[in-house]
Amino acid sequence: MTSSFQALGQHADRAASSEALGQHADRSASFQTPVQPAAARPPSAQPSAAVPSPVTAPAPLTQADIDREMAELHAAAQQRISAGAVLHHPPRDYAPYRSSLLRHPRQPLVAVGGDPDAVELHGPVFGVTDVTALDADLTRQHLGEPLGERITVSGRVLDRDGRPVRGQLVEIWQANASGRYAHQRDQHPAPLDPNFTGVGRCLTDDEGRYHFTTIKPGAYPWRNHLNAWRPAHIHFSLFGTAFTQRLVTQMYFPNDPLFRHDPIFNSIPDDRARQRLIADYQHDLSSPEWSLGYTWDIVLDGPSATWIEEGR
Amino acid sequence: MTELAPTPSQTVGPFYGYALPFPGGGELAPVGHPDAITVRGTVYDGAGAPIPDALLEFWQAGPDGSLTGAPGSLRRDPVTGAVLGRTGVDFTGFARVATDADGGYVLRTLPPVPPASRPDAAPHLAVCVFARGLLHHLYTRVYLPEHAEANAADPLLAQLPPARRATLVAQPERPGVYRFDIRLQAAEGGPHEETVFLEFR
Repeated sequence: MTSSFQALGQHADRAASSEALGQHADRSASFQTPVQPAAARPPSAQPSAAVPSPVTAPAPLTQADIDREMAELHAAAQQRISAGAVLHHPPRDYAPYRSSLLRHPRQPLVAVGGDPDAVELHGPVFGVTDVTALDADLTRQHLGEPLGERITVSGRVLDRDGRPVRGQLVEIWQANASGRYAHQRDQHPAPLDPNFTGVGRCLTDDEGRYHFTTIKPGAYPWRNHLNAWRPAHIHFSLFGTAFTQRLVTQMYFPNDPLFRHDPIFNSIPDDRARQRLIADYQHDLSSPEWSLGYTWDIVLDGPSATWIEEGR
Repeated sequence: MTELAPTPSQTVGPFYGYALPFPGGGELAPVGHPDAITVRGTVYDGAGAPIPDALLEFWQAGPDGSLTGAPGSLRRDPVTGAVLGRTGVDFTGFARVATDADGGYVLRTLPPVPPASRPDAAPHLAVCVFARGLLHHLYTRVYLPEHAEANAADPLLAQLPPARRATLVAQPERPGVYRFDIRLQAAEGGPHEETVFLEFR
């Protein structure tokens, strides 16, 4: 336990130091080491037997270690779900994603409720000055065409009552077709594409619809553990009618073989909730000789002033 | 009516930096406004290390107490698509600042005012925190120390023990400048209290 927390400390230091400039903290830090879960492992599974003394470098954390940790946490979550727990979001403390260990509060959240005038039940607004029409087409932001599989991604942004979130800002960012971000801290040895940045934004229409044209992002490695790879994904940032409905999440693509190995995707305890992050391939939305179509609807959580007013 | 199941949250990750922050994101106060205040601080992790890849968003009532907000935070040049920034005149109510390499942030804004419908409420800035390693964003609030009476009557502050309450009240550094540090986790055995984070129901 001690050695793993030391490793995390180094990780954090490294990310904060100028040495880390030009490198992705999650990718540049030394590989993490196993953390013992609360439930004791059977002696045969104890990695400590193979771990050298603290003087020498600890054995790197393997995919098998992470897979085992995730399986234990999924089993525990499944028991809670069977007992009636509703778990929509990931817990902030999810050890298989090592960066979460020092970045989650230990104290419970303090509930705020019952005040329809709370500032947070209202939220920021955006308008036609905040986006340009080209922002929704990530393939037309440079002189040439980007490499990769051209796709369209569209869907609706709704609140939990199914009402469309109208005229609100949707922002996306993603790696290129090779799995490389146009970010100087990403030094994964995959090519940058001079014709692709990977940033887009749009406003939802009156039905809450958004629409992007982009390139299917590639999978990429990171340094959560040895041989860690993220499934292909597009980051989404969403606003509702209230600040409490804010959402940042990731959209995944169907049938990705990396799902079962990814601690970020698997941080969501309920498999039904995980499935809600996977877009549908829609052949009718594919365009002949041009692009493949995906749809993904988004439901924003959290109360808003309109909810409370109607509930009175 | 059956509620729809919400879309789960995922971490903002390390690479939002070329997508979400925008020039002038922390300059919410109209240019040259005589009442503008500065709120600055550092975001820390559970080892007491600064977090260089956190993203903070702020939301507050307009100077007239309105909660409608105004567009124009991300205003763009329709010719080049580049960010023009705010007009410098309108108050949008929304700010977004990424922490720097030392975990620091600076917000220049107008002093928070209570909503027009609740003129006696303790004014505060609403804050939303995102970071690599944080799987689901966190909310907190910045209250100002000069509103001692309203703060004492605030339902949230009043229910907290003094040490916890203090994490939500900015510290005056000099006239017009406040410090508001955010500690995502209390360091084990450390001297600092973890910031109070909120859940809205």
